[in-house]
Amino acid sequence: MSKKILIVGGGLAGTIIANGLCRQISSDIRKGDVSITMLGTSETHMYQPGLLYVPFGKIRERELFRQQRKILNKLIIFHVDPAANIDVEGKQVTCASGAVYGYDYLVLATGSRLVPETIPGMAEGAHWLYDLDGARKMRDALAEFSGGKVVVNVNAPHKCPVAPLEITFMLKDFLEEKGVWDKSQITYTYPIGRLHALEPVAEWCKPAMDESGIKYETFFNTREVDPQAKTITSEEGVTLDYDLLVTIPPHRGAEVISESGLGDGGWVPTDRNKLLREGSNDVFVCGDTTNIPISKAGSTAHFEADTVIDNLVSLLTEGRWARNYDGKVFCFVETGLKTGTYVWFDYKTPPNPGAPSQMIHWFKLAYNRLYWLSARGLL
Amino acid sequence: MSERRIIDARGSYCPGPLMELIAALKLLQVGDEVEILSTDQGTARDVPEWTAKVGHETVESGDKDGHWYVVVRKMK
Ligand SMILES: Cc1cc2nc3c(=O)[nH]c(=O)nc-3n(C[C@H](O)[C@H](O)[C@H](O)COP(=O)(O)OP(=O)(O)OC[C@H]3O[C@@H](n4cnc5c(N)ncnc54)[C@H](O)[C@@H]3O)c2cc1C
Repeated sequence: MSKKILIVGGGLAGTIIANGLCRQISSDIRKGDVSITMLGTSETHMYQPGLLYVPFGKIRERELFRQQRKILNKLIIFHVDPAANIDVEGKQVTCASGAVYGYDYLVLATGSRLVPETIPGMAEGAHWLYDLDGARKMRDALAEFSGGKVVVNVNAPHKCPVAPLEITFMLKDFLEEKGVWDKSQITYTYPIGRLHALEPVAEWCKPAMDESGIKYETFFNTREVDPQAKTITSEEGVTLDYDLLVTIPPHRGAEVISESGLGDGGWVPTDRNKLLREGSNDVFVCGDTTNIPISKAGSTAHFEADTVIDNLVSLLTEGRWARNYDGKVFCFVETGLKTGTYVWFDYKTPPNPGAPSQMIHWFKLAYNRLYWLSARGLL
Repeated sequence: MSERRIIDARGSYCPGPLMELIAALKLLQVGDEVEILSTDQGTARDVPEWTAKVGHETVESGDKDGHWYVVVRKMK
């Protein structure tokens, strides 16, 4: 009997896994011993880190997109039919169209989504660039902006831990280029007691913000936004005035996860070493949608995906477990317009960034271009 | 019925225990508790400081087998 692998979600994690499996077991797929089916929400695949450049007019929207079918190995069956219910007891997924797919192994890779509506006034009063619609509106708002108080507000939980800092420094450059920096002031707010979750990054960015004249508020968790009065207030009791509010809205996992009873807030309880759903031995979880307390980032999705591929291939071909995920995360950090550094860490190794250099900055720019190769499973 | 959720953030450097606590509290009801396990000394200080600032309750905290733990009750 042919073994069925069903992947829900065709973002970064799902795509790397599907293509990676095909590279290793294409002969089994051709023989009909294994099938790989992916369920997605769209014909197109968006390069999310590219959204960072949209509000500043530094990228063309079409550069963000590729046809998902073209990124996927031809051996993969791909349906644009969002999962509406995931039944891990009955081992089947029901889609929006009513189609039902059974599986031998299920991969949950439904990512995370923005929920600005969970904070009163945020959806009406704030701008964000974490989705395309928001990034377009922010581009329009920046085009009109003629100086004033800008608040860059970070909420937990959110994906891509370094993006808020990049947004802050890019905003400053943008306002300088526009000639309105002398009439402007940026205040960056962060949920915990330092400027970034990673201590070495926090240590680097404090003097960098001081030098740039960027103000900051730590221990700031948004309670509400008042779009009329143009104020933002924290749970900690601080209120800031703004003329332009840029937020990283809080995130949740996909609705289908919570509605199928697979995890509060859409986060799936996941074994942090095996990447199996807790209580299942045939449901892998990968990328932003796990509840593992590590960074929700493309690099995490990538390292996790490599582990899932190895284990699925071993299970299918040899009936054995291959290896555990070691918690590896790697992040490039832009330390200015021309220099960058990187940090990596895993469950056993604390982060320890190297000295910033221009070469690393160029490597990050190059890496942006390599995204499509890694999604194809070639990196 | 109030519940207690455990977050095992040992060996987690980013986003770290306090950010995990903040995210978890958003999904819980008033009266529910979160127990965080952590190996990060920095947030051993931060968590009680933040909880007091915001008005949640630190139920207990301490060291256990080479890691640090704190139990927080959601108060509002
Ligand atoms: C502005 C920005 C900048 C970023 N920069 C970086 C960076 O520099 N470095 C980095 O490492 N990471 C970065 N990231 C984060 C990175 O993009 C994500 O962490 C990564 O995409 C996570 O992969 P994933 O597969 O878990 O989720 P996604 O790539 O988001 O994919 C999830 C997929 O699941 C689909 N889905 C949802 N619900 C259903 C359903 N019911 N049925 C079927 N499919 C469904 C979605 O449509 C989506 O295609 C950035 C993100 C943003 C927004």
